[in-house]
Amino acid sequence: MIVDALSWICLVLGGLVGVIGAIGIHRFPDFYSRQHATGTTDTLGAILILLGLGLQAGFSLAALKIGLIFLFLFLTSPAATHALAYAATHSGLKPKLDGTPGEDMP
Amino acid sequence: MYITAILAIIVTLGLVLARALMGPTIYDRIAAINMFGTKTVLLIAVLAFLSGRMDLLDIALVYALINFIAMVAVLRLVAYGDFYSSDEENIESVKVDQG
Repeated sequence: MIVDALSWICLVLGGLVGVIGAIGIHRFPDFYSRQHATGTTDTLGAILILLGLGLQAGFSLAALKIGLIFLFLFLTSPAATHALAYAATHSGLKPKLDGTPGEDMP
Repeated sequence: MYITAILAIIVTLGLVLARALMGPTIYDRIAAINMFGTKTVLLIAVLAFLSGRMDLLDIALVYALINFIAMVAVLRLVAYGDFYSSDEENIESVKVDQG
């Protein structure tokens, strides 16, 4: 019963975080700020949804597979985000800044 | 319970696909497709629990692996090579650059 409630909370929170990230990818003005929205919510939403599914599975083979997917997404999603931001910086894409860089920006 | 998560993921997929279609730079499109792939893995995993067929978890695992490899391959092409090139000189120069 308590496990069911926890799993429900995790699944709904994971879906909510995913929708927030999808709104953020439309609302932010710049590639790098959009990358902030997608990179963080992608990992957190995946963790929450897989945690909810793992609580439902209990101790079984399905839980082991869920754990493998969890581990893999947890390792590769930040790596992909970092590689993408590095490739964008390497190709000369500039972030969009307000104001002049000398006065109110470092 | 699973239906709620599936609906949220499908809404996310639609919004992310819209960004992938209208993104100004190519990096916006790649970021959107990366997020699309991750959400697809989650959708398949939730669908496995909804339908009770645990075989679908294997497909989700394989899809996560393919997604990461495709992401790195696309990034290498964008950063170091020509996206639509097929002649051998260009491929050779890419190899020399990375080696």
